[in-house]
Amino acid sequence: MDCNQDPVALSAYLDDELQANEAAAVREHIATCPKCASEIAELVRIRRGVRAARQHFTPSADFRRRIEQQIRQRPSRRSWRPQFVPAAVLAAAVLLVVIASALVLHRSNDSSEIADLHINALASANPVDVISTDRHTVKPWFQGRIPFSFNLPEFSGTDFSLLGGRVVYLHQRPGAQLIVAVRQHKISVLIFQDAPEFDRAFALPAGVSHPQNFSVETWQAQGLRFFVIGDADSAAIDRLSQAFKTANQ
Amino acid sequence: MDPEFFEAVAMPLFDQLYNFAHWLTGDRSDAEDLVPETYAKALKGFRSFEEGTNLRAWMYRILRNSFLTSRSGLRAQSQASLDDDETDTSALIAHSLTPEFFLLQQEGKQTVMDALACLPVNYREVVLLCEIEEMQYKEIAQVLGVPIGTVMSRLARARKALRELLAAKTAEKATKWTVIKTPSR
Repeated sequence: MDCNQDPVALSAYLDDELQANEAAAVREHIATCPKCASEIAELVRIRRGVRAARQHFTPSADFRRRIEQQIRQRPSRRSWRPQFVPAAVLAAAVLLVVIASALVLHRSNDSSEIADLHINALASANPVDVISTDRHTVKPWFQGRIPFSFNLPEFSGTDFSLLGGRVVYLHQRPGAQLIVAVRQHKISVLIFQDAPEFDRAFALPAGVSHPQNFSVETWQAQGLRFFVIGDADSAAIDRLSQAFKTANQ
Repeated sequence: MDPEFFEAVAMPLFDQLYNFAHWLTGDRSDAEDLVPETYAKALKGFRSFEEGTNLRAWMYRILRNSFLTSRSGLRAQSQASLDDDETDTSALIAHSLTPEFFLLQQEGKQTVMDALACLPVNYREVVLLCEIEEMQYKEIAQVLGVPIGTVMSRLARARKALRELLAAKTAEKATKWTVIKTPSR
């Protein structure tokens, strides 16, 4: 029994990758050649067996979240959103801000990064990655996601309510962002490991200051740097800051 | 490029990419290194990605190239089969092998999985892309960066190698069964 059938064509026939005339020729051949017919049957059996390898390995939910965070956070620090502002205008504006802050205001660059983190959270469809009003849920969520830990004040019985938190980056360092609501306002509490450059960058006066029309208070405690930022009134920012100061003494 | 858009188009591939990465590396922690690296590179290069081109093929290509330059990838390549078009393809059909009964065995599925894992990496990837991802030859060619004709012949060789491995594994198991059964008789 001699058969000149090209085995490569047989394999391609199985995958439906032959030209119509080539496929017709193979089909005709298989009809008369039992050897090639059983060969095709064998390839089909193997195909069925191999298909079991699909979804053979499944990623953990935790691993999926890590990738999602990786995608969301890396570029969002720069937050270019061409759908809102024409890119060229945005680029020119950024350039102006960079030049202005480099030449004149050594600090506003970092303050604006803090403001960006706050704005970003509010503008995002997913402002928080852990949604919980319970500090006993939010605090443990950060474990293993940031290289430090902090204390959350008790909000029950106050006019503040915790909405949740997420991991953010400032100067390539991971930190915690907590979103706290007071009346209609949302306030971000940002916590990072303290670094010498924060002292220089945020030499803001003690108490609440107002860069970029936000109310901001910053301080350091226990090796951590805290920022409380929002459009709420200074008194609310200050009260929230006090609550965090007390919790992290 | 808008990360939200990237997320919307790239995350649906996550489970498949992970499965593929795990099959390539053969190891969970290696796969968990490879997938973030792939997404980071893809996000970085997303602006250069032209709309209308095949995103899936592009992502698989990044993953596969990252794997080949990783330590485990270099090791795997050293065990890859020679695969040039000069190889004679006329002897591809392995008529003497009769692994038909392997699927009748209870461990049929496991035998196929074992054989697949043992396949040299250049064969394993092409089988995975064709059978698991159900990519067309055109798409596979984009992932591997080779002509369609090479995909075609490599796939035929890969299938033959897989059959031989299956036959060997089945024979191995059959021998074991005989050994176990003999004393009881």
